[in-house]
Amino acid sequence: MRQSTVEKGAAMLTRFANPARFMRLSGATLPWLGGAAAGVLALGLVWSLAIAPPDYQQGETVRIMFIHVPAAWMALSVYLFVAVASAVALVSRHPLAEIAAQAAAPVGAAFTLVCLATGSLWGRPMWGAWWVWDARLTSVLVLLFLYVGYIALVNAFDDRSRGARAGSLLALVGIVNLPIIKFSVDWWNTLHQPASVVRLSGPSIALSLLMPLLVMAVGFGLLFGWLLLLRMRTLLNERKAEALRLHGQPAPPRHRPTGERGDAAMPAARPVLR
Amino acid sequence: MTRKRRRLLALGVGLSLLGAATAMVLVAFNDNLVFFYSPSDLAAKAIGPERRIRIGGLVEQQSLERHADGRGVGFRVTDGKTDISVVYVGLLPDLFREGQGVVAEGRLRPDGVFAATSVLAKHDEKYMPPEVADALKKAGRWQEGAGPDGKTAPVPALK
Repeated sequence: MRQSTVEKGAAMLTRFANPARFMRLSGATLPWLGGAAAGVLALGLVWSLAIAPPDYQQGETVRIMFIHVPAAWMALSVYLFVAVASAVALVSRHPLAEIAAQAAAPVGAAFTLVCLATGSLWGRPMWGAWWVWDARLTSVLVLLFLYVGYIALVNAFDDRSRGARAGSLLALVGIVNLPIIKFSVDWWNTLHQPASVVRLSGPSIALSLLMPLLVMAVGFGLLFGWLLLLRMRTLLNERKAEALRLHGQPAPPRHRPTGERGDAAMPAARPVLR
Repeated sequence: MTRKRRRLLALGVGLSLLGAATAMVLVAFNDNLVFFYSPSDLAAKAIGPERRIRIGGLVEQQSLERHADGRGVGFRVTDGKTDISVVYVGLLPDLFREGQGVVAEGRLRPDGVFAATSVLAKHDEKYMPPEVADALKKAGRWQEGAGPDGKTAPVPALK
């Protein structure tokens, strides 16, 4: 039987996404990623807080942007990551995809919270209000609720695989919110101003302010990568420990061909339902 | 592989339907999703004084006047086509000035003047150091609503 390119690709992905291989590779990458994140964030903070010029109309207050905007970008990107990982988990049932989604969600929620908090601190002096119910602010608040809902749903089931499946579906449904957040400022009248960097006619932000912003964005991205690997390793170790506690031996690979329903003598403690 | 394909297909169909449903809801609720009306919207809609609404636009140049009691202000808000008189008693945000985007909340009085109970500043999406802004002004390439490169961008605060 001829093997399609999709199947070949999937086989390759499976080879790289083997949990044991993942532990080895991520263990080697982790310190470098953490160091890079710390270095880039330190450079970005000094640049944006001390070297970058103030804004012509907002003055020094504009420095809130260097935290607020990268946090907002990460809030959206991490959600996209969670949704894509959830889709892979639902379709190909690979355990690492599920772990990646669950490891990323709390980090994304934290980025969203940082975005909302710094936005509120910025809105009071500039707009004159801590919070308004315009389309941009409201849709980002919905994003926070989606993250929290996902985390709660995943942990709401005794049967872990059912929780993961329900959470994945919620994550996928919530993806409609991403274009709404991005384009809310273009589609409707909002108090929040339109995009300054990611827009068709090029950035409307001076280079001396754009450069430190991009450095901070790279730093936030590296920070996410580091936290993601760290949390994925923790979740994998947790499951290994749990399997040892329950069965006195590491769990057999969960990626089994369908039909093979596990050891009949195995108690119901380790669910085989998918 | 067929089970996997079937799941992928179900996922794709489900997400497409969800996207279409969301788009329809957003279009249907379009009018309720705006944070404020522009003066032109307001002229077209005939909204009575019983409804609390928000209006947004630019503070018209040379329209700001302080009332004699020292607390109230009056100014005109424009979207380039239509403008409307606004009266307001209270604190103004720091960014408030002529040419600046504002969003005012209040009621439209029967005499056509908008009585605001709160005024928020809406700034545009341009960021630049003060020297650059000064240089642009000196070179005569400055205009409200222009990008830092001097090229015209849409007037802020307006649809």
